[in-house]
Amino acid sequence: MELFRNANIDWLGKKWYFLGFSLIFSVAGVFSMVAWHGIPRGVDFKGGTQITVHFDATPNEDHIRQAIDRRGIKDARIQRISGAGGASVNDVIISLPLASASDAAHDQGRTEVEGALSANYHDSGFVVQQVDIVGPTAGSQLQKQAALATGYSLLGMLIYLWFRFELIYGVAAVVAVFHDTLITIGFFSLTNQEITLTVIAAILTLVGYSMNDTIVVFDRIRENLALNRREKLADVVNRSINQTLSRTVIASGLTFLTVLCLYLFGGEVLHGFSFALVVGILIGTYSSIAVAAPMLVAYQDWRAKRAPAGKRVALPAAKAVRR
Amino acid sequence: MGNKLTGKTGFIVAVIVIFVYGIVGVPHGSLRQSIADRIHLGLDLKGGTHLVLQVHVAEAINSATDRDVQRLNAALAATGATAVKLDPLHPEVITIQGGQPTQQSAIHDAISGNDYAGYDIGAAPAGGYTLTMKQSAIRDLEKATLDQSIETIRQRIDNLGVSEPVIEQYGLGDNQILVQLPGVDDPARVENIIQSTAKLEIHQVVGSYADEAAAMTALNGVVPADEELVKGSSGVGGPDQFYLLKRASIVEGTDFKGAQPETDENGRPDISFNLTTEAGDRFYKYTDANKGTGSMAIVLENKVREVATIQSAIRDQGRITGGFTQQQANDLSLMLRTGSLPASISYLETRTVGPSLGAASIHQGVLAAVAGLVAVLVFMLIYYRGAGVNADLALLLNLLILLGFMGFSGATLTLPGIAGVILTIGMGVDSNVLIFERIREELRLGKTSAAAIQDGFAHAWVTIVDTHITTIVSAGILFLFGTGPVKGFAVTLTIGLIANVFTAVFVSRTIFDYLLGRRARGAALSI
Repeated sequence: MELFRNANIDWLGKKWYFLGFSLIFSVAGVFSMVAWHGIPRGVDFKGGTQITVHFDATPNEDHIRQAIDRRGIKDARIQRISGAGGASVNDVIISLPLASASDAAHDQGRTEVEGALSANYHDSGFVVQQVDIVGPTAGSQLQKQAALATGYSLLGMLIYLWFRFELIYGVAAVVAVFHDTLITIGFFSLTNQEITLTVIAAILTLVGYSMNDTIVVFDRIRENLALNRREKLADVVNRSINQTLSRTVIASGLTFLTVLCLYLFGGEVLHGFSFALVVGILIGTYSSIAVAAPMLVAYQDWRAKRAPAGKRVALPAAKAVRR
Repeated sequence: MGNKLTGKTGFIVAVIVIFVYGIVGVPHGSLRQSIADRIHLGLDLKGGTHLVLQVHVAEAINSATDRDVQRLNAALAATGATAVKLDPLHPEVITIQGGQPTQQSAIHDAISGNDYAGYDIGAAPAGGYTLTMKQSAIRDLEKATLDQSIETIRQRIDNLGVSEPVIEQYGLGDNQILVQLPGVDDPARVENIIQSTAKLEIHQVVGSYADEAAAMTALNGVVPADEELVKGSSGVGGPDQFYLLKRASIVEGTDFKGAQPETDENGRPDISFNLTTEAGDRFYKYTDANKGTGSMAIVLENKVREVATIQSAIRDQGRITGGFTQQQANDLSLMLRTGSLPASISYLETRTVGPSLGAASIHQGVLAAVAGLVAVLVFMLIYYRGAGVNADLALLLNLLILLGFMGFSGATLTLPGIAGVILTIGMGVDSNVLIFERIREELRLGKTSAAAIQDGFAHAWVTIVDTHITTIVSAGILFLFGTGPVKGFAVTLTIGLIANVFTAVFVSRTIFDYLLGRRARGAALSI
């Protein structure tokens, strides 16, 4: 069985569509981050108390709300969660804002909520399943650390690509990956889903994955450039994308399949993680073809325009391939 | 089968045997039990408590300079100068003031001795001096404080009988400690036991007042720099009072050698303690000098628990009666035995996972992984036919190596770790697809099967190296800068990728070579 044999698609001819598509999603995401939902941060980053309670019978959210209000607990958020495939699991997440978890009175929030439920909730028994209390110090440190990890990993990859290819290849790949990260975080903002530590792990995964995908295309461009240095760069890039198209679709499709399984069957704990990957793998595959490769050509055109008339501009040939 | 091929096959079989051993160890009991003994599950999967503590090291610096102030004052007594700490925000600075001009050289001799080598000496206004603790001395003291805190907490937790606890320095901020307690899902008591500084000190009593206002009136509104006001009662059930105490303690937490819960003559729980030899000598000297006149206060957790008149010289034995319950007496003597914490501690992060939630997570995570894996395996067989078998074997072997490594290294498998495994499956598929697509391309160019396999692997190899190194670079950075879940993810991903290079390239190639050798010349390759 074979798909996409001898594909011959003019990818670069569609660059304006790609640019439009990328702009629509980036701008929508940035708009939501700035003016609508902001970047919804989970308890890991913003600090606070988050308590997952399992009830013996279907929980009544109104009664939980009343039980907590009667205790005088302020600003609690109560949220039902569902299990794998939307199955009902009688679990409720109760979140309290940062003030409940000050470094001085760290687990006051938990004690209060547990007290409120045992005193005032009579519909059924309950068990506290999971408690996350993150104080203000830890929250801001975790946030700083996540930003640092992302920044350093991009830098590390840029340096590696500079060393293996040319600087412009590294820049194009990092821009593409940045584009993916922006759009994925934009999706979290648009759908108002919280970004937690595990979501950050997923975003770093998609950074790696998108980079992987881009390198496969770049490797082919490098190989084709070495074979034929007279051809127009746009044609080489088009041909390289077409030659690797079959691999791109199959490998990305299968990886997409595994993260889709994760999203569908992985349960609540992996929900944010797998959502980031489901979005990220689609965008990451798209960006290798639609962002990274056209950037190489755009750079080449820009250099040709700047060069004195009549002078040929060398293609941004990559370093010799070491075999 | 050629010699080279035999060698490669032998190597692969050896790898399989080694990593199967890594997963199950020497088989004993059921297979499930053998695996459970080797593969350590993280707290998110088996339930437990994860705590991040901040050690307030500044307190240790404060008490170190307090002790030096006391020593300095003894040494400076003849010169008329006094040592004080003026700025509470800078506990590392001691100021010498009020010395007679004729005594300057005596003062200078007193402070420049070897005892104060940890300080930088500077000039202060009016012929005084400042002693500022050196940065290196502060760092050493901070490190010693952190180490001692970790050791103390370890002993306390060991005494509680928690199995396989993790207590280590935590890298996120300065002077933080990570404590992981598997199986503990109601951490309230443990938290209290860890957090109690169990700071037990004996101070000289200067005066006592009915309330704070009375104390301030008597002192004309200013507490002398070397004294402090502490709330408490003179004995069990006594009324709360305010005591003016000498700031520097006579005996402090590290001076206690042992402590046992006992009962007094009325059958009420109390605690008897004994002191180290050196502290005992100090205590003897003090009590002997103040026999019959002075009184001293036993201060626990910054609260006066008992005030006693010094009847006779005491060396190293004592008793605290404080109206304890039996549980309090037990916990407190445990804390005194294991030593008091050198500085107080606060909680920055507490995470608790109940065991049933962990079990549900394992179930779902494994289900998702298996579903994804089966879908991929079936697709590869359909799409690449004969070569699909290579890919499937390579993928399964990859998982085997990954789990075997977890067994050998004792690394813990967390939920994000399982996600890392799933991503490894994805990248593994990618390598196989890269190679097979390239072989198909080479075949289309009219090359023979052997040549197509040779060139296909050679071309794909360059790409595989680049993609894998890039991802390992980013996983390595995650490992360095990440904590907890992120770290677990980075570990499984890195191992998975290394295993993948071995299985997708070396193993798959060996299978191709084996098939080429057995096949009739010119027969088509099943790919």
